[in-house]
Amino acid sequence: MTTTTSLYDQFTELYNKKETLNRNEWLHNLRREAFEAFTVQGFPTTRQEEWRFTNIAPFLKEAYTLEPAAASLHENKNAGSIPGLDAYEIVLKNGLLNVDVDIPGIRITPIRTGIQDPALQQYLGKHIAFRNNSFASLNTALFENGIIIEIAKNAVVDKPVHITHVYNAEEPFFSQPRILMIANRHSRAEIIESVFIKGRQSLFVNTVTECYIAENARLDQYHLQTAPGNAHFVNFTQVVQKGDSLYNNFTYTLPGAALVRNNLHLNLDGSNTESHLYGLYLTAGSQLVDNHTLVNHMKPHCLSNELYKGVLMDQSRAVFNGKIFVQQDAQKTNAFQQNNNMLLSDKAVVDSKPQLEIFADDVKCSHGSTVGSFNNEALFYLKARGIGEVAARNLLVNAFAFDVTNKIQIPAVREYVEKLIAHKMAEAYD
Amino acid sequence: MLSIKNLQAKVEDKLILKGIDLQVNAGEVHAIMGPNGSGKSSLASVLAGRESYEVTCGDVTFDGKNLLDLSPEDRAREGLFLAFQYPIEIPGVSNINFLRTALNEIRAYHNEPPIEAKEFLRLTREKQKLVEFDAKLTNRSLNEGFSGGEKKRNEIFQLAMLNPKLSILDETDSGLDIDALRIVSNGVNKLRSDKNAFIVITHYQRLLDYIVPDFVHVLYDGKIVKSGTKELALELEERGYDWIKEPVTSESV
Repeated sequence: MTTTTSLYDQFTELYNKKETLNRNEWLHNLRREAFEAFTVQGFPTTRQEEWRFTNIAPFLKEAYTLEPAAASLHENKNAGSIPGLDAYEIVLKNGLLNVDVDIPGIRITPIRTGIQDPALQQYLGKHIAFRNNSFASLNTALFENGIIIEIAKNAVVDKPVHITHVYNAEEPFFSQPRILMIANRHSRAEIIESVFIKGRQSLFVNTVTECYIAENARLDQYHLQTAPGNAHFVNFTQVVQKGDSLYNNFTYTLPGAALVRNNLHLNLDGSNTESHLYGLYLTAGSQLVDNHTLVNHMKPHCLSNELYKGVLMDQSRAVFNGKIFVQQDAQKTNAFQQNNNMLLSDKAVVDSKPQLEIFADDVKCSHGSTVGSFNNEALFYLKARGIGEVAARNLLVNAFAFDVTNKIQIPAVREYVEKLIAHKMAEAYD
Repeated sequence: MLSIKNLQAKVEDKLILKGIDLQVNAGEVHAIMGPNGSGKSSLASVLAGRESYEVTCGDVTFDGKNLLDLSPEDRAREGLFLAFQYPIEIPGVSNINFLRTALNEIRAYHNEPPIEAKEFLRLTREKQKLVEFDAKLTNRSLNEGFSGGEKKRNEIFQLAMLNPKLSILDETDSGLDIDALRIVSNGVNKLRSDKNAFIVITHYQRLLDYIVPDFVHVLYDGKIVKSGTKELALELEERGYDWIKEPVTSESV
């Protein structure tokens, strides 16, 4: 407890030091509001409903440095690359963008300079409920690095944009990157994010991503969460969709990082929007992977579809908490949510909590959650054709994940994810 | 090829097979008939190695090996094939990937190299034609979206692909319309040879008009109560099963 307090003290000290230097009144006010919200809440505990199944305290005990010595990260060409992927590559080192990137139809600015633009005031931090999100508040109060990605009106980006987040964990490090994506009207882009970690010390990354998707725009966002066991991630993603927009989110978490907590919040703030959320978590060891999603239907005629699948091995744990709100104005809503889990070990645990709150009367909504093991009939069928235990299990796990992996629109990414699944499964059965 | 002696098996403490004796030689087709609940499908399951059945007594030798000692996959690799009464749908496992995996696992067991892509394709085309199974298999999940008839035909197609020594058809005729029944039977007849054998489990005589058996056995209450030639099937069709159920007719042939 004392060490947790000390991390808290570290943040307070850092905030006081930095904010006295802040000359930007708007930003200063935003940071102050956020920091106050953090101070009131502190770090979340399991006494809070949203953190009931995920005890964060043990992960905050490390003596983290908040401001690492000038990053000594050398460019590693292959760091975090995806074989066969033809994409615009962006590398962020500890959240910092070092080189200018030139992508037709997209403007990329480091958040440090971009933040001076008054036009950003309508986006940054505008849609996050600080009161209920202590980590997002902390990030807002203190973020230094990160980028702003702005997709121009009518721009259809011809290749995916691949952002590799490289972190230096040669000393215990607490990083707080901030990403803002603005997809202007009628634009279309695919953003892939993956992680590469250097060093074996404890790394804690508290990321906030805000996506603003204007009328008729389409944004596809991929999160490939592969990292070694010294990594801990808390991701907060706030999406705002305006009318007739389309948003697809693909979140794939693989064995590795000791802690992954994803919060994915969608505000469907325009009619006739479409949103698809696909998640897959394959967990192993003593990993803890927690996915919290919130889809807020605010306007009529919107469709949201969510499918999260989990395969748990060893003594790993997973949490799925999916919330759908259908506000009174949101008539003719179609909202679907499904979470299926497969436990491959007696010691694995999953907590699945689908929630639906409907205030409109003309809607179509469904949610469901299942937890199971291998289908013994299917296993017997495969064996009866001469397929052995290991091969049969592999076929069935791939089959289980198929509904989610086959939704990946970029072939190189799909192959990469499928290979990672096969590889991690084989490792676990060795 | 297959020799069953005094086979007894139970499910959850209920004795289902109460002493089965059966000898099947290469080149033979045996039909096993009998009323519902007599143990026909249980016999098929026990032979294929379904885990829910516990063999309590008896011996089964298959080509000189003790079948009951083998895992289900090894039984298949040794050349035993069960055409399921209810073939399962496995979404996400493609028909082609499944077949190639099965074929290669069987080949590996016999120390043979994996089949080459071209040869596999050729074999698939040839066998699909043989069993008149023209369903598109690539990019389709195993049995998913197949009609009942297509599923059964897919079983026979798999049989043709894996080329087993002994095939057990578990009520393959159930749920088939007359055309599908003819196609399935034609497939089986084309695959018959003096090197393989078939056990055809059926409730109705109808199938045996198409697949003409060498022997017909009547299973009742976990035992074979009557054996004969194909004429026995006709007699059953005419008289029903009730006369079989009369106080044990122990003079089975």
